[in-house]
Amino acid sequence: MGNKVLMKGNEAIAEAAIRAGCRHYFGYPITPQTEVAAYMAKRMPKIGGVFLQAESEIAAINMVYGVAGTGRRVMTSSSSPGVSLKQEGISYIAGSDLPCLIVDVQRGGPGLGGIQPSQSDYFQATKGGGHGDYHLIVLAPSSVQEMADLTALAFELAEKYRMPAMLLADGTIGQMMEPVELAEPQEPKFEEKPWAVTGTKCKREHHIVNSLYLAPDELEKKNFERYERYHTIEQTEARYESFMMDDAEYCVVAFGIAARVSKNAVVAARKKGIKVGLIRPITLWPFPKAALEKAAAQVKGFLSVELSMGQMIEDVRLATHDARKVELCCRTGGMIMSPDEVLAAIEKLTGGEK
Amino acid sequence: MVVFEKPKSLTQKEFHYCPGCTHGIIHRLVAEAIDTLGIEGSAIGVAPVGCAVMAYDYFTCDMVEAAHGRAPAVATGIKRSLPECVVFTYQGDGDLASIGMAETVHAATRNENITVIFVNNAIYGMTGGQMAPTSLPGQVTQTSPYGRDVKTAGYPVKVAELLSALDGPSYIARVAVNNVKHVLEAKKVIQKAFENQIRGKGFSLVEVVSACPTNWGMTPQKALDWVEEKMIPYYPLGVFRDKTAEEVQA
Repeated sequence: MGNKVLMKGNEAIAEAAIRAGCRHYFGYPITPQTEVAAYMAKRMPKIGGVFLQAESEIAAINMVYGVAGTGRRVMTSSSSPGVSLKQEGISYIAGSDLPCLIVDVQRGGPGLGGIQPSQSDYFQATKGGGHGDYHLIVLAPSSVQEMADLTALAFELAEKYRMPAMLLADGTIGQMMEPVELAEPQEPKFEEKPWAVTGTKCKREHHIVNSLYLAPDELEKKNFERYERYHTIEQTEARYESFMMDDAEYCVVAFGIAARVSKNAVVAARKKGIKVGLIRPITLWPFPKAALEKAAAQVKGFLSVELSMGQMIEDVRLATHDARKVELCCRTGGMIMSPDEVLAAIEKLTGGEK
Repeated sequence: MVVFEKPKSLTQKEFHYCPGCTHGIIHRLVAEAIDTLGIEGSAIGVAPVGCAVMAYDYFTCDMVEAAHGRAPAVATGIKRSLPECVVFTYQGDGDLASIGMAETVHAATRNENITVIFVNNAIYGMTGGQMAPTSLPGQVTQTSPYGRDVKTAGYPVKVAELLSALDGPSYIARVAVNNVKHVLEAKKVIQKAFENQIRGKGFSLVEVVSACPTNWGMTPQKALDWVEEKMIPYYPLGVFRDKTAEEVQA
């Protein structure tokens, strides 16, 4: 590991991707993620990589599909309305079992929404997003350091499981500057994948990258196989951070920037003698169900803190089987809750209990 | 001595195309170009959504199936990843000139070094004969049952002329496959469109005026006559742009 440098979250994503050996980036300008594209535009030509500003988010994701089919590391980035446009391509990439990275630096919605931070693409990111039966691996950074670390991890997981991964960030972490320690640069690995289209060189049968199965029994079989893989991922790849949970009687659940705010509120509540802790999902899919289920056996209630009208709360309720009360503390449309607001919600949940 | 045989670049899989459909001829011309240029091992094709969706089963080279209209973007990704490969798309009129117009125009204006085979049969074939961006004025289809009314449905898109208005693309030509003479010309032009890419010349598009007897409601022979009498007058054949030639002259 190198020295710490001060970087903007969006730039940390771009630099981490380059250091992870990604040499193909396709994007389209949209606030608040455009720094990723700008960084790539500057760096890629200097290191023999490809930066291409596509004519649309639709074209960008299909260029990603093309490179992914050749078996090389590739990414795109956008923000909420742009990620909606990418959904068709993401569904094809998932249906063709190809790895890639999609970054969503979320802003408020629906529609054109706003340009301030949000977490309201949670459903879209974790439940599929496009048409058909599929999931993405979804990683939620809550610091500039994690913008870098989870970018590298996303490529690795995507390739390990041959599926698209998404970095689900938000405008706050995208725009803020923090010290970050970057990984040592890796040279791009170009080993021939047994499924990639690279030209047959007249030495093998042709490879076909495809998601069309006109025979329903074949398509069903494909989907069953994919979900077996998803099951393995759910069992082995869930990641989360546990904070002050050892003796906790109440549990706050929050990710990304909402988790940063919530941590302050948990510390403040502890000072008031309230036994509360925090579980911060790092993977949103797979959701850390086991950790939540375990917490349900320990605590009296949960508080889901989100920058949306309450999306992750559904997964909290499912994971805990509604065995405990689950309340919501939320702001939306680009507004962010203060630690005091979260503290007040914790106090309401605990009913003044210490 | 073998005087006529199936191109090596076509698989043994039987085509699913209708009787009298000209996709078979165009597949063959593409495969012959690949054989002649000896690029079977380095070619990567991108199939469209439409009648040719299963083109990936027919060519022996590596193939990718793209979403509707997105083939030029997918081909861009492949070519940028593997510049040494010869990347082509094979697309119909709905795919290329309607839903995928943005991808087409921008691949052309970037002079992306790919080869685009554009099959214009003036109708959506796969979905059963709806009005295409290239359906002729007055043409009766399932979604223009009283004939294409240019007042409400607008005019057909002349892709070769449209793209030739851009500074970017290197080679734009329109051919037909309705008779032997035209097929032989089409063969040369398609081969040139692949050669251009090998020579690093950039974007080449060949529009192939084609027949769809099934959805036109005609016999195969009548459909070929309709190409000659109705299609070609509206879509004149020829080379609309050849920057490769210009450079040679300069």
